[in-house]
Amino acid sequence: MSSTSPSSRILSPVRPGVILFSLLVMFLLNLMFAGARRWLPDWLALALIFWSIREPRYIGMGAAFIFGAIMDVAGASLMGQHVMAYVLASYAASAFSRRILRFSLKWQAIQVLPLLQIVPLVQFCIRLASGADFPGFDYFIGPFIGAVLWRPLAYILLWPQYQPVERDENRPI
Amino acid sequence: MSDEVPSFSKRGPAPLARLCFYVTLSLALIIVDTRFRALEYLRNGVFLITYPLQQLALAPASLYKSVSVYFSGLTRIQEENAQLKRAKLENEIQLLRVRQIEIENERLRKLLDMKILKKTSGQVARVLYAARDPFFRRLIVDKGQLDGISQGRAVIDYDGVVGQVTRVFQHASEITLITDKNHAIPVQVLRNGLRSVLFGLGNGQLELRLMPVNADIQNGDQLVTSGLDGVFPAGMPVARVARVDNDASYVFARIYCLPQAGIENFGELMILDPDAPVALPKELAGAKPVSPIDRSRRKRLVKE
Repeated sequence: MSSTSPSSRILSPVRPGVILFSLLVMFLLNLMFAGARRWLPDWLALALIFWSIREPRYIGMGAAFIFGAIMDVAGASLMGQHVMAYVLASYAASAFSRRILRFSLKWQAIQVLPLLQIVPLVQFCIRLASGADFPGFDYFIGPFIGAVLWRPLAYILLWPQYQPVERDENRPI
Repeated sequence: MSDEVPSFSKRGPAPLARLCFYVTLSLALIIVDTRFRALEYLRNGVFLITYPLQQLALAPASLYKSVSVYFSGLTRIQEENAQLKRAKLENEIQLLRVRQIEIENERLRKLLDMKILKKTSGQVARVLYAARDPFFRRLIVDKGQLDGISQGRAVIDYDGVVGQVTRVFQHASEITLITDKNHAIPVQVLRNGLRSVLFGLGNGQLELRLMPVNADIQNGDQLVTSGLDGVFPAGMPVARVARVDNDASYVFARIYCLPQAGIENFGELMILDPDAPVALPKELAGAKPVSPIDRSRRKRLVKE
């Protein structure tokens, strides 16, 4: 699906195992830095949005639903809070996938920021409806950091696809 | 010739239809969880599946801790040891006195024909992580159903009350801190025995509500549990009064307190064993307890 990528390189097709592994690692990152550091981005949401843009046929609302449920349980949140946020963000990401992939990684980051912002915003609205207070502005800083990290993240997550299928020293590219 | 659509153009339902399906499903989850609290089995199942992953996530932190302890140097540990020995000696002397007073108290209570106070015991649990959700003040600890933990147990640390167990998984349990917005704890002022209820504010502070403006409460007053709830044993330090606003335009004084226990930065906690329920007086013994759902329904009826 990454045929519209502006990169001059032709990437090898993604392996589903790599996607799953990256999502699990991001989930672990979410658990590791839980608690006081609220300004950290939601790593799992970042990866879900990345793959929803990049590979909407593999990762979409179904995966977002499952990982949202896992995050709800592990994060001791309201059941359905992360689910709803991830599903909406993933839908928006796959809807804008073709548009976003036309830009270079630097401009992609700016396009992705509103998508990332969906996640805390939806959770905030759900909690507001169930009687919570405003959690403070640091809750909404995470997506900005996530957008800044978009470019390095893209290189890391696409690294397995940059590897040539068979190494040939005599080949020009 | 069959009319079947070739498989390469099969794409399933339209994205918008799928979105509606998933959003409806998550709305149903939210409503079922908030209104009926009926998803505990689902929660337990998902927690059990992700438990090994969580252990994996926490491994680097615990490894770092143990390595840093290992390399922290003999001198520091010796120093700490000496300090602990000194503290133990000091505590021992106090403990001797307390023991003597306890025996004396027991005898006096027997003389007065009062109920003898229960000695509290409990289990030590390690905090695995603090919940990521900024709307809740919750911790996950490493003791669960298999260790005999049950819902509603009181949790304390060295300095005072931390919270109570609100959800139990097989290997872990969730603790709601006293600073959570939905947590209330009955307390009394140590200095003069005034009783009230202390509510969490969700921002690390607590508020003593339902106190008249002219109530005798000063900055720095120590609040201890009153034991009226049957969850927390009486006399445990909870919080210290930090600020009192005696604005006469309000019916009640606004009293802000800070928790005594090291809320949100601790390693080990103690989960207390439950006390035997206090027997109700004869007149109330026959009455049925009111469940929370009944209570909310009654409130709605009153409103109508």
